[in-house]
Amino acid sequence: MRPSAVRLLNILVPVKRAVDYAVKIRVNPQQTGIDLNVKHSMNPFDEIAVEEAVRLRERMKDAVKSIKVVTIGPAKSAETLRTALAMGADGGIHVEIPESAPAPEPLGVAKTLRAIVEREKEKANVDIVILGKQAIDDDMGQTGQMLAGLLNWPQATYASKVVIDEANRVAHVTREIDGGAEEVKCKLPVIITTDLRLNEPRYASLPNIMKAKKKPIEKLSPSDLGVDLTPILETLKVTEPPKRVGGGKVENVDELITKLKEAGIEAVKS
Amino acid sequence: MSLPSLMFGRLGARNLRRHCTAVPANVRRARFASTYNADVAGLTAEEAEFRDAVTEFAQREIAPRAQEIDHTNTFPTDVWEKMGDMGLLGVTVGSKYGGLQSGYFQHTLAMEALSAASGSVALSYGAHSNLCVNQIHRHGTDAQKEKYLPDLVSGKKVGALAMSEPGSGSDVVSMKLKADKIDGGWRLNGNKFWITNGPTASTLVVYAKTAPEKGSKGITAFIIEKSFKGFSTHQKLDKFGMRGSDTCELVFEDCEVPEENVLGKLNKGAGVLMSGLDLERLVLSGGPLGLMQSAFDYAVEYVHDRKQFGQPVGTFQLIQAKIADMYTKLNASRAYVYAVAKACDRGQISRRDCAGAILYSTEKAIEVAMDAQQCLGGNGYINEYPVGRILRDSRLYAVGAGTQEIRRMLIGREFNEAFKA
Repeated sequence: MRPSAVRLLNILVPVKRAVDYAVKIRVNPQQTGIDLNVKHSMNPFDEIAVEEAVRLRERMKDAVKSIKVVTIGPAKSAETLRTALAMGADGGIHVEIPESAPAPEPLGVAKTLRAIVEREKEKANVDIVILGKQAIDDDMGQTGQMLAGLLNWPQATYASKVVIDEANRVAHVTREIDGGAEEVKCKLPVIITTDLRLNEPRYASLPNIMKAKKKPIEKLSPSDLGVDLTPILETLKVTEPPKRVGGGKVENVDELITKLKEAGIEAVKS
Repeated sequence: MSLPSLMFGRLGARNLRRHCTAVPANVRRARFASTYNADVAGLTAEEAEFRDAVTEFAQREIAPRAQEIDHTNTFPTDVWEKMGDMGLLGVTVGSKYGGLQSGYFQHTLAMEALSAASGSVALSYGAHSNLCVNQIHRHGTDAQKEKYLPDLVSGKKVGALAMSEPGSGSDVVSMKLKADKIDGGWRLNGNKFWITNGPTASTLVVYAKTAPEKGSKGITAFIIEKSFKGFSTHQKLDKFGMRGSDTCELVFEDCEVPEENVLGKLNKGAGVLMSGLDLERLVLSGGPLGLMQSAFDYAVEYVHDRKQFGQPVGTFQLIQAKIADMYTKLNASRAYVYAVAKACDRGQISRRDCAGAILYSTEKAIEVAMDAQQCLGGNGYINEYPVGRILRDSRLYAVGAGTQEIRRMLIGREFNEAFKA
């Protein structure tokens, strides 16, 4: 017989507003980045994270107490929160930064998320932080891992399947790795990052979009959380990848070796 | 929808755009975001959110099936409930009946987004949600609304509207469907023709002559149920375009309709019909807009992929001209339609502008679709490419919800009245 009642789960889902995946990317004339005057939407891997949180609630019913979404960005990022609310999240936190501020970096984001997790402790402990494995604009793929390091929590990245055993406070996650899949068991609280095959996100229905307008969004600034989002990385130059040049066909292995040597590739000294 | 094969694995989301649905390899799919310009369209953040939601639904649920729907000339019946769940079938209906309680502008946006995915599905959607549902919502008694709207808004039942007859098209008021008074109701005899959703509709708004000697002042609107004794339909019509938006002839042979199914007032049906037509023209104007957007997006991508003489054909001046003309016609039509829609939501419903909106956007849609087909060269002539279908679909709007000629006549006549000595 357990001494204390099973605690209900609180899920935090960080989401990012990124350039829409279907946009044709253009490098800006200054070569400092890409043209951002294009359609934006929620990072697809974060959509998968929101969907997984909503599905966990559908599977586990009352065991999931709350699903909160959080984003760090300018005023426009609130749209991303609303999309998540329309998909089924209960409330949102918007860490607002000025429009002109540089895009936050993974370490800055991870520090902010840590501050939010600590802050949420006052009301209800966060049990699961589930986020996309990477953002499709910078493809950094570090935030989840850094957050796990900062919080000293276990992490299960590149998840393709998530099962939560709330009675034993354990997460069983199947991870996508080179060569196949790996199953890990992590104690809660846990950081999970989503991979493409985890689920297929629902689209928000119009009635849900309208209901989402009534869901609460808390506004915070980085200084409220004691976090400095000044970038530590400097982007030197952004260019398009070089145009693909046609290759050539070789007749046999000897010719291949000759061509590789001509290209300056040397055999590894064993 | 099928998930990506293992090869995309962790290569990053650059490959995401190709993961969407299983589509025959030989059919080119638009790979890039639409050229729809929300800024120029003047959408507020909320309107853009509405439009984005419907667009996503349409692109995921309907666009992948558009070609098949056209090919088999069959409406996908599962789509009705999907649209119902999405909230699309009661855009202008009160929340009491499960509707979104939104405006004609939103309804037009929804029509446009659906039309960009499939012209036929959008047309059936328009007939159901505006012609049938909106008329019942505007003119029905509380009892009628409670009885018929919930199922229509959820998509469990399909709606239609019937005014045209084999012998009464533009001259709709000359209709011959006769309603004779009987004990407890009316007995209808006659036919209706070109009725969208006719084959599958359970609930139909039908106009009949209750007092033929009074001409236009002797028309009454009725709510007909498919199960009424004496009501039947003839086989689905084989159409040039909008294939999949099922159309047929309705047959009334001593069809008995109870008194409580009179919609609006006895002999005041012409008013119901004509005012309905204004809003019908407005909302349906979204149809040509969607078709134009879809045709343009497809063509503009194609002409940059297709290379001849060592360069993309889109860089030749004559194609640049086509692109420019398509783009400007599309945006100009949209600006007029949106302006009229917003005016209607402010209560300023103008007959000449509702007619003007659909007159103009229809004409431009046919031109843009034709240009788009030309941009594809020989491939535009092959049915595996969508542009031929878009062109065929666009032609409907020149004769559906009134002909171009009637629209022109209406506008001219309004000015004649205004300038009468």
